[in-house]
Amino acid sequence: MKEVVRRYGLGATVLMVTLTAFWVLALIVLPYLFLVDASFRPFLPADQVGGPNDHYTLQNYLTLLNPNATKDFLFLSIPIHLYVFFQTVALSCLVTMITLALGYPLAYILAKVVNRRSVATLFLILLIPLWISELLRSFAWYIILAYQGPLNALLGLFGAGPIRWISGYNGVIIGLVYTYFLFMLFPVYGSLSTLDTNQIEAAEDMGARWWQIHRRVIIPHAKPGIASGCVMVFMMCAGALFVPKLLASPSSRWFTEVIMQWFFEGLDWNTGSAYAFVLLLVCTIFVSLVIRIFKVNLADIAR
Amino acid sequence: MRKPTFTKTLSNGFLGLCIAYMVLPLIIMGGAGFNDSRFPSVYPWHGFTARWFVDLWNDQPMLDAGINTFFLALVVVAISVPTGTAAALLLNSWQSKARPVLFGILIAPILTPGVVVGISTLLFWKEFNISAGLHLSALGQVSYIATYVMLLVLARLQSFDKGLEEAALDLGASHGQVMRRIVLPHLYPAIVLGAVLAFFQSVENYNITLFTRGSAQTLTVYIGSMVRTGFTPEINALGLLFILITVAGVIYVELRRRRHERRELKLEALAAIEEDKDLQGIAA
Repeated sequence: MKEVVRRYGLGATVLMVTLTAFWVLALIVLPYLFLVDASFRPFLPADQVGGPNDHYTLQNYLTLLNPNATKDFLFLSIPIHLYVFFQTVALSCLVTMITLALGYPLAYILAKVVNRRSVATLFLILLIPLWISELLRSFAWYIILAYQGPLNALLGLFGAGPIRWISGYNGVIIGLVYTYFLFMLFPVYGSLSTLDTNQIEAAEDMGARWWQIHRRVIIPHAKPGIASGCVMVFMMCAGALFVPKLLASPSSRWFTEVIMQWFFEGLDWNTGSAYAFVLLLVCTIFVSLVIRIFKVNLADIAR
Repeated sequence: MRKPTFTKTLSNGFLGLCIAYMVLPLIIMGGAGFNDSRFPSVYPWHGFTARWFVDLWNDQPMLDAGINTFFLALVVVAISVPTGTAAALLLNSWQSKARPVLFGILIAPILTPGVVVGISTLLFWKEFNISAGLHLSALGQVSYIATYVMLLVLARLQSFDKGLEEAALDLGASHGQVMRRIVLPHLYPAIVLGAVLAFFQSVENYNITLFTRGSAQTLTVYIGSMVRTGFTPEINALGLLFILITVAGVIYVELRRRRHERRELKLEALAAIEEDKDLQGIAA
């Protein structure tokens, strides 16, 4: 802290520390602690809060496992909320993989194939959807995927379809891929653009096949970007609220919708908090897994 | 390189497809704003109309929501820019073992789903009897938007020459002067970009706002509520406005960049000519 005072003076240091402390305590750490606290307390009428019944319990988390409402999956019967939870996690992983499969080649082309001068222009075009609200981006697909919409009309020209896109999770997957694609593209591009093209040419000269070059030279270099993209896309998919509300059939729910239901329909904030904490936990686990697998650190992910 | 033309064609094709994939849905959405149909669609086309823009203009709740969104975004910018900048400066010059911990805490909000941020903000302030409303939405949004500002400023600080600051201090400048004349001017581009980003992030935020807003309306929440009541092409008209604003911004940035590039080229050319003259002078 001495160094900070020496560089910026006492007044500025106090101001900076105050602002940062407010951010850390009042906006991040304490709210999270209150969330955890609420998630372990029972849902009580207002006059009983703080009374003898207000003690820590696991009840809210056990609701997730409620055996009274189940859904059959293969030969298992799984509690419905747990089923929605796993469905959400699995589909978020799927969307993450699709965006990576599309984003990696595109990032590679932008970084290494296209000439430098047009990249800036291309990026500005690609940025347009990013500045336009997430809601409007998914709303575009609501129009495209409509049963009597342009996509089915196009398929009709080829004698195919019509397909009921907005049923089950089809629409959600399509919508999520479109909405969060750029969050994969930009970090991967960022890490690829620092790769020295000479390294690729050297590998070519020594007779490496194209897939060997990708596996041994390019992907290892792009790791931090890939890790960052995967974390962002997964987190945003698992936490998505509007896309599943708009593009799924009512029977196909997303975990965030269950949380919302506890909050706004059940008015049971405690169980809602427990579910939200489970969502936070799964994102944390995903981040630490990615850090392990890709052998990167937290600073690489947040760029 | 082997088969350069084939590879080139393949990658240009893929690039074109990706651009079309990103841009076409937006064109379709905007185009539906002109379709004379009660439901938002482009197919079948019922003829051209501008009435959805008139409806949009006369939609009082939408207008109110828009005004709320605008002021909320201004407040978020006003809090998150100084906070993010302060934290970046602190992280940059604080030498301590706790530094990575602080960094970890400060980037946590961008790795957390908005739903969780919204709920925890709501629960925390309830403890102080502060009920939901746009003020809580502002605080919830700041918690993660300030992280973006901080990351931008931190990146900019990488290219900062600490020597300038020391020289100024040695020459008798006050800390205030160093901050005003040296540090902040260097950070200026990152701060401006941070402010613009913060503004747009706030405008498009849905998840945090939904949980913290109380009964106040913002544009995103208003649009979100139409899932139940049914959409009209007014939303497409609104979408088109957003697209036009963005495209105008993009064109402005692109023109500025090109002008800058041309100036650099010109300077280089001038320098080359000068050098040439010098060489000729020596030769003569």
